[in-house]
Amino acid sequence: MEHDKEVDVMEKNTVLSLRGLVKQFDNVTILDGIDLDIRQGEVAVIIGPSGCGKSTLLRCINALEPVQGGEILLEGEPVVSGGKNLPRIRQKIGMVFQSYDLFPHLTVMDNITLSPRKVQKRSREDAEREARELLGRVGLSDKEKSYPRELSGGQKQRVAIVRMLIMHPEILLFDEVTAALDPEMVREVLDVMLDLAAQGRTMLIVTHEMNFARAVADRVIFMDEGHIVEEGAPDDLFDHPQTERARSFLNMFTFESVRAAKQPV
Amino acid sequence: MQALGLDVLFKGKNFLRLLGGLGVALKISLISVALSIPLGILLGILMTRRNRVLRAILRLYLEALRIMPQMVLLFLVFFGTTRALGWDLDGETASVIVFTLWGTAEMSDLVRGALISIPKHQYESAEALGLSKAQMHLYIILPQAIRRLVPLSINLITRMIKTTSLVLMIGVVEVIKVAQQIIEANRMVSPNGAFGMYLTVFLLYFIACFPISLLAGKLEKSFRE
Amino acid sequence: MNAAVLQEYLPLYGKAALLTIRLGILGVLLSILTGLFCAAVQYLKIPLLKTIVRVYIELSRNTPLLIQLFFIYYGLPKIGIRTDPAVCGVAGLTFLGGSYMAEAFRSGLESIPPIQEESALSLGMTRIQAAVHVILPQALSVSVPAFVANVIFLLKETSVFSAVSLMDLMFTAKDLIGLYYDTTEALFLLVVFYLLMLLPVSILGSIIEKKVRYAGFGT
Repeated sequence: MEHDKEVDVMEKNTVLSLRGLVKQFDNVTILDGIDLDIRQGEVAVIIGPSGCGKSTLLRCINALEPVQGGEILLEGEPVVSGGKNLPRIRQKIGMVFQSYDLFPHLTVMDNITLSPRKVQKRSREDAEREARELLGRVGLSDKEKSYPRELSGGQKQRVAIVRMLIMHPEILLFDEVTAALDPEMVREVLDVMLDLAAQGRTMLIVTHEMNFARAVADRVIFMDEGHIVEEGAPDDLFDHPQTERARSFLNMFTFESVRAAKQPV
Repeated sequence: MQALGLDVLFKGKNFLRLLGGLGVALKISLISVALSIPLGILLGILMTRRNRVLRAILRLYLEALRIMPQMVLLFLVFFGTTRALGWDLDGETASVIVFTLWGTAEMSDLVRGALISIPKHQYESAEALGLSKAQMHLYIILPQAIRRLVPLSINLITRMIKTTSLVLMIGVVEVIKVAQQIIEANRMVSPNGAFGMYLTVFLLYFIACFPISLLAGKLEKSFRE
Repeated sequence: MNAAVLQEYLPLYGKAALLTIRLGILGVLLSILTGLFCAAVQYLKIPLLKTIVRVYIELSRNTPLLIQLFFIYYGLPKIGIRTDPAVCGVAGLTFLGGSYMAEAFRSGLESIPPIQEESALSLGMTRIQAAVHVILPQALSVSVPAFVANVIFLLKETSVFSAVSLMDLMFTAKDLIGLYYDTTEALFLLVVFYLLMLLPVSILGSIIEKKVRYAGFGT
C-alpha cells in the first residue's frame, strides 16, 4: 500500500519520461535503451566521456533526431520526430546549444521576441516587456539593441537562455553550453543556471564542468557507450562511484596520481 | 530521325567536320588558357605587392577587361587593330589575343584572392619556425595557395571554352559555323537539319565542358574538407 | 574621329542600347524567378523535380549562350516552336541565368549552419516559420555578392543577341563597320554605350555588397 502510493506521486510529478530509447546512425548504436524519468523541479546532470551519446540524447528529446526505438513522453504526451504536435510540444521544451545559435541577422531583442510573437502570437509590447525583465535578470539590460556579433560568448549564451525562457518551457535542456566559452565567461553563464535551479525549474544539463555539476545537481547521471551506467546523488557518485567505468572517467579530472608520483626535489 | 534532321549528321563526313569545328574552338581556348595561367600568376603575385602605382595599374587593367563583354573586346581587336595599326589579323589570332588578355585578368584576380586568403598566422608560424622567406613561400604559402587555385583555374578553362563560341561572330570557322554550312548544304534533302545539328553542337559543348566542371567541383569540395 | 559621324550614329546606338536594356532587365528578372524556384526545389529536396533541376543546371552552365540561342531560334521552329528574336533572346538569357542564380541562392542556403534551423525549431517554430524568419533573410544576404556578379554577367552576355538578328549594340556596330567603314567611330560608341550601361550597375553592385557586409550579420 505504502509503496503503491509513492509510485503514484512519482508518476504525477514526472515531467519527462524516456522508455527504452534507441538511436542509431548508419547502424552504429548511439543510444542503447535509455530509461530516464525527470521529476518536476528536479535538476539532473548528465556526465560522461565524449561520444557517449549525452548530446544526442538531448537532441532526441527535442525531436531534432529521429529515434529507432523506445518512446519519449513529455507530461504524458509522446514526442515523435515529424509529428504534427511538434511545434506545440517543443514550446514546452527549452533548449540551449553549445555553439552560439543566436540569429545573427536580428538584434538581441528581436532574437528573444521572434518566437513569442510568431509562434505564440503574443503582442510585441507584451513580448518586449517580458524580454526586458528577463534581460535584466541575467544582467544584459543594456544589450537589447545589440547584434549577436557585438556580444561576448558568455553574453550570447545568456541571451540564448533568455530566448528559451520567454517561451515558458516546462523543462530546460542545456547541451554543454559553456564548452565553447573562454574560462572567464563560463562563470557568468553557470551563475544564471544556478539561479534557475534555485527557482525550482526542471532542468536536464549535459556538462563537462564537474564542480558545477556537483553544486547544481539533485541527481547525477553517468553515461558511457549509449548506456546509463550509474546514477545517484552528486556526493555519492563523485566521491564513491560504484562502477569501474565511472571511477576511471572521474579520475581524468584529478591529478592526484601525478602529484603522488612526483619525487620531492 | 529524318524529321528531326539527325540523318544529316551521319551523312558523309559531316560528324567529323563538326568535330573538326569543335577542335578549332578548343584549340583557341587551350592556347589562351595556356598563356593566361602563367601571365595571370605573374600579375596576381604583383597585385599583392605594396607598390600602390603598380597595384592601381593592374586593378585598372583587370576592371577594364572585366566590365567589357568579350564580344566587344573581340570587335575592338579584330576591327580596331586593322584601322589603328594597319594589321590584318585573322580571326583566330585576334581571338587568342582577346582571350589571353581576358583570361590573364581573371586568372590574376584568382591568384590574388588565393594569396590573400592564407591566414596571417601561417606566415607567422613559418617565421617562428625559423624558415627563410623563400622557404616560407615554397613550403608553406604556395602549396596552400595552389590547392585553392587549382579548382578555380580549371573552372576558368570551361569559361574559356564557352566564351570561344563567340569567335563565330568575327568569321572564324568553328563548330557552329560548320553546323551552319552543313545545314545550308542539306537544306533541300533535310529541311529540319537545324534542329538536329544545333542540338548536336549544344551537346558537344556540354560533353567538352561538363567533365571539366565536374573535376573542378570535386577538387573544390576536397579542398574545403 | 569625326564628330559629325558620331552625332549621326548616336540615335542608332541609343535605340540599340534601349533594346538591350529592356531585354536584359526582363531576362534578369526571369532568371531570378527561375533561380529561386530551382534553389527551393533543391533545398526542399523534392524528389524527381530535384533531378530535373540538377540536369537543367548542368546543361545550362556547361554550354555557351550563343548555341543556346541558335538552338532556340533556328532549331526549335523545326519541331513547331517558333519565337521572334526578342522572345528568343529573353528565353535564352533566362535559360542561362536561371542556373547561375540558382547556384547563388543555393550556396547562400547551404552556408547557413543547421543549428540555425534547429534552434528555431526548438523554440516551437514550424519549418516554414524557420525558413521565412531565420534561414531566408540570412541566406539571401549571403548570396548578394554572387547575385550582383550574375546580374553583370548576364547583362554582358546580351552582347551575343545580334546572332539571332536582334538589333542590339553589337549588331549596330557591325552594321556600321560593314557599310561605311567608320570603324573608329563605331567602336568608340560601342565601348561608350556598354560602359554607360554596365558601369552604373557595377558601382551600384559594389555599394550594395559593402552595405550588406557591414550592416551585415556576420558573427
